[in-house]
Amino acid sequence: MSAVTTTTQARRAPHGVVARASLALTDGLVVARRNMLTLTRVPTVFIFELVQPIMFVLLFRFIYANNIANLPPGLDYVQFLMPGIFIQNAIFGSTTTAVGLAEDMKTGIVDRFRSLPMGRSSVLLGRAASDLTKNFLLVTIVVAVGYLVGFRFERGLLAALGVVLLALAVGFTFSWAMACIGLSLKKVEAVQAASFTLIFPIVFVSSAFVPVAGMASFLQPIARANPVTVWCNLARYLSSGNIAILDPATKLPVDTFEGLLVKSLLWIALLLVIFVPLAIRLYRKLD
Amino acid sequence: MWADPSRLTLRMADPIVITEGITRSFGDVEALKSVDLQVEKGSVFGLLGPNGAGKTTMVRILATLLLPTAGRATVDGLDVVTDAEEVRFRIGLAGQNAAVDENLTGLENLEMVGRLYHLPKDEARRRGRDVLDRFDLSEAADRPATTYSGGMRRRLDLAASLVGRPDVLFLDEPTTGLDPRSRLDVWDFIRELQQEGTTLMLTTQYLEEADQLADRIAVIDHGTLIAEGTSDELKDRIGGEVLELHVEDNADLAQVTETLAGIGTGEPNVDVDSGSLRIPVGTQGPTALLDSVRRLSDTNIQLAEIALHRPTLDDVFLSLTGKGAEDGQESQEGQGDRPKRKGRKER
Repeated sequence: MSAVTTTTQARRAPHGVVARASLALTDGLVVARRNMLTLTRVPTVFIFELVQPIMFVLLFRFIYANNIANLPPGLDYVQFLMPGIFIQNAIFGSTTTAVGLAEDMKTGIVDRFRSLPMGRSSVLLGRAASDLTKNFLLVTIVVAVGYLVGFRFERGLLAALGVVLLALAVGFTFSWAMACIGLSLKKVEAVQAASFTLIFPIVFVSSAFVPVAGMASFLQPIARANPVTVWCNLARYLSSGNIAILDPATKLPVDTFEGLLVKSLLWIALLLVIFVPLAIRLYRKLD
Repeated sequence: MWADPSRLTLRMADPIVITEGITRSFGDVEALKSVDLQVEKGSVFGLLGPNGAGKTTMVRILATLLLPTAGRATVDGLDVVTDAEEVRFRIGLAGQNAAVDENLTGLENLEMVGRLYHLPKDEARRRGRDVLDRFDLSEAADRPATTYSGGMRRRLDLAASLVGRPDVLFLDEPTTGLDPRSRLDVWDFIRELQQEGTTLMLTTQYLEEADQLADRIAVIDHGTLIAEGTSDELKDRIGGEVLELHVEDNADLAQVTETLAGIGTGEPNVDVDSGSLRIPVGTQGPTALLDSVRRLSDTNIQLAEIALHRPTLDDVFLSLTGKGAEDGQESQEGQGDRPKRKGRKER
């Protein structure tokens, strides 16, 4: 028993950028693994998270399909809708980052983590990583549901993988923004309310579900500038080809593939550059 | 406790936790006001005070969870602000709320903590098993913590704080909310750990707990350190036992006070609202009790209760600050833990 107090482990914080970064990563993986274990232990949470995107697919596919104006000519609504759903699903899925962090703060496990000599970004990294994994499962299932209701990837496997990657990147990016909300508001209920209140207009004032051209004129510039529109249009391009991004008024392409790709990646980079350091800062300054 | 004075001096010369002018405010509220403390290596240090006194704030600052607004604190010579990461290798923390992941099993919880100390997987698991064994949780090792009782959860939390083999262990109200049996278990663990050389700092609202465990006790109230010393030193300042009387009719209180004048070792404390009188009686408890009964039997005053008891947290504060520990709820919680009353009811 007295052996418990003898010291064998390295008791110094690592020095050097590489050593620290690799430790932050391995610690992040430990946290991610724990989050995934939680997911399997309380499967009901994941099941309801899964029901929600399926419901979105079914509602939009069968209620709005013949009521949507301004669709690009020759494009079925289901081909228009599903890429939007992939992006929407990834963004909605990121709210679990905020809620998960708030719950961890409530139970005190964040205090435990913060008193351990682990990387300061690892709890956030672990959360973002486990939500990424979870999002991957969600996207796969939503793709399957899409296929059941008539959606098809029309531009080959590589382009299809591109869509999945894009959705995951968007979800990962939003996870960090959501982490900021979780760390700022702290209370689970407040975090839940705030994250959805924020996400609804961001997703709906975009081309995710309907073409921008039919929106109220004051909303159109906002929707066009919204990165969600850019991502959805890129996902549409990768799914169905150029036709998806024709301007319905002029019948000319609104954007080239290259333009969409660059804009999409720039938006992701910009949001990561803002929210990753902000989230880590908020975590470090937790009381 | 300090039978050998030379040992005391030796330990005094080797403080492992030092705070100098530690101050922390939350907005307008000053939770800690320039607190100086020294904790000797290998000792158990008790931080005693009512709810809201600043105990938890102090522990959180020392455990690197909270930055002080002013002042400086070191653990093993390392600054808790600038060398926080090094400090975390040397400390363990068990908080008020058991900080374990309920969805993981006991062993998974401890393995995770071990991995976050950067231990290899095997070593983390081995230590996890050792600590579980030590806390009598081996049988529950592979059950999710949701199935644990409150006492088991607290033990798991304590176990988690030991995985890193800390030199200094901070325990924030380690027995609050535990049943008497679990409380005694925790007390035993604390004593064991001290014997193994771990320095412990624990916060408590209970004088009895500090008395039982701590080599030195610091009393804080409203963020200010109001007394520091060994349990005996503090008791001397409080004055041993207290004689407490309750009258049936509050109007009789003045007459009782007058009748009992001269009894006891200090000024009586009269509480008109509750119709009670508390007289510090030092070591003269039985004599003072008999004296009081004798004098009062010559009057027609109806007593609801007369009892002799050991000083409570309230008495510490009465004696040190001239007022109760805290108004309302807090003081009631303090009273909840009052040691068993001696003496008897009389009519």
